[in-house]
Amino acid sequence: MLAIFFKEINTFFSSLIGYIVVGVFLVLMGLVMWVFPDYSVLDGNYANLDTLFNIAPMIFMFLIPAVTMRALAEENQSGTIELLVTRPISDWQIVGGKFLACFVLVLFALLPTVLYYISVYQLGAPPGNLDSGGILGSYIGLLFLAGAFVAIGIFASSLTNNQIVAFVLATFLCFFVYLAFGFLSRLPIFFGKTDDIVQAIGIEYHYNSVSRGVLDTRDVVYFLSIIALFLAATVLSLGRRKW
Amino acid sequence: MSVKVQHLVKVYDVQRAVDDVSFEARKGEVLGFLGPNGAGKTTTMKIITGYLPQNGGTVEVCGFDVNRQPMEARACIGYLPEHNPLYRDMYVREYLLFTAGIHRIPNARKRVEEMIERTGLQTHRQKQIGELSKGYRQRVGLAQAMLHDPQVLILDEPTSGLDPNQIVEIRQLIKDLGEEKTVILSTHILGEVEAICARAIIINKGKLVANAPIEELKQQFAGQRIVTVEFAETTEARLLQQIKHVQQVKSLDKNRWQLRTAPEFDIRAGVFGFAVANKLTLLELHKDEYSVEDVFQQLTK
Repeated sequence: MLAIFFKEINTFFSSLIGYIVVGVFLVLMGLVMWVFPDYSVLDGNYANLDTLFNIAPMIFMFLIPAVTMRALAEENQSGTIELLVTRPISDWQIVGGKFLACFVLVLFALLPTVLYYISVYQLGAPPGNLDSGGILGSYIGLLFLAGAFVAIGIFASSLTNNQIVAFVLATFLCFFVYLAFGFLSRLPIFFGKTDDIVQAIGIEYHYNSVSRGVLDTRDVVYFLSIIALFLAATVLSLGRRKW
Repeated sequence: MSVKVQHLVKVYDVQRAVDDVSFEARKGEVLGFLGPNGAGKTTTMKIITGYLPQNGGTVEVCGFDVNRQPMEARACIGYLPEHNPLYRDMYVREYLLFTAGIHRIPNARKRVEEMIERTGLQTHRQKQIGELSKGYRQRVGLAQAMLHDPQVLILDEPTSGLDPNQIVEIRQLIKDLGEEKTVILSTHILGEVEAICARAIIINKGKLVANAPIEELKQQFAGQRIVTVEFAETTEARLLQQIKHVQQVKSLDKNRWQLRTAPEFDIRAGVFGFAVANKLTLLELHKDEYSVEDVFQQLTK
């Protein structure tokens, strides 16, 4: 698994992929956080990072599928998957290695945003007047969300040998799992307790819950289950030649 | 037995791609896997390597059942799939180190250098695989298959698309390997089997039609001796038929004929006499051996 992890990380940073992903994320995030007046922290009058945590999932929705689209689709396309699955490693190790590598790349993109925290911390009146607990919770939530998106992306990539199909499918699935359940719950057919349940299937509900700074085990279990579910589906899809 | 295949069956939808195939491959043997396109060669190889599951029968590699002990079986197989899939954007050395990492080879760097030398990739070790010519890519494919020093090598059409010089080199490499390992190699180039394999298996439409040493295969079909003859002038089959011991006459080109006799007779003197008697000029006269090609054609018709 480590061999695959390091190979993928190497591929990201020996090609342009890694730098573009990190660069695009930071430029976009920087523009929204500090330049665009509608969202800018400077015009917001409050010392918080809400903008970051509201906008980052939207960027991830497009960026993460772009990172994961080649993970297995390229192997399917070039036939190297045949060599990989006939080596003495399990399918779980292959999928796990790919998942970790993509996740670490997203982590690299997210890491420099700690600077935003430091900046806002200094800008507060008095300095340090911000909800650090809430921000830590939001970071944890964002990491879980990124993990879920990466798992979805890897799954989409395993279904096809075409990277564009993998990208579009992953973006759609990310959107659906993240936001669609929240919207659907507002349909009139869901009333009483059912709309709560429908809403709780989506990621948004749990992401918001973690963002409040309360790390509820239910949310942790939810995110880990989503990741495990999509990775298991990926392993299943890798083994579909055996059906 | 390094590889033991028993009653292997593989069904795609309704078609039986592999139908009750059994064979064994021993250590120190290069086994040729012959058959027309679509005969089931690649499918059989994919089952041996554990890529595809079979619908019936068993495959044992180095004593491990490929379904029940897949990790142990896979560890002793080196595999070069059809079309030699490689990561085009990786560098030769990087790719081999990655493969070594997956196999957890101790002293990976040293082993990779060894393989690079053995396959003649020294001058290309720092190149991207995508930049290499087909022949060199094939060497990279062979290097990754041999890297973990497997007991069994499964090579699916290892020389397809190479130029004649490269073919000779790769064949020599495989032949050398065959002395200490078990090599199963599929091809539809018949000359290749004659050049490097000790034994050949011929399958047709999923069924095993022959499994014997090359020499035996040839003899088995050497029920007749063939003499090819060419005259400068035209003649008739009727006249040729009158040469002593000739059983069958077949016209090849305008003035070329193929004469078949029982194996114990040499009719070349008779043909010469015939030419003199009929005032014909003899341009060509030679005795043919039955080749693997003939055997192949007869068996897979």
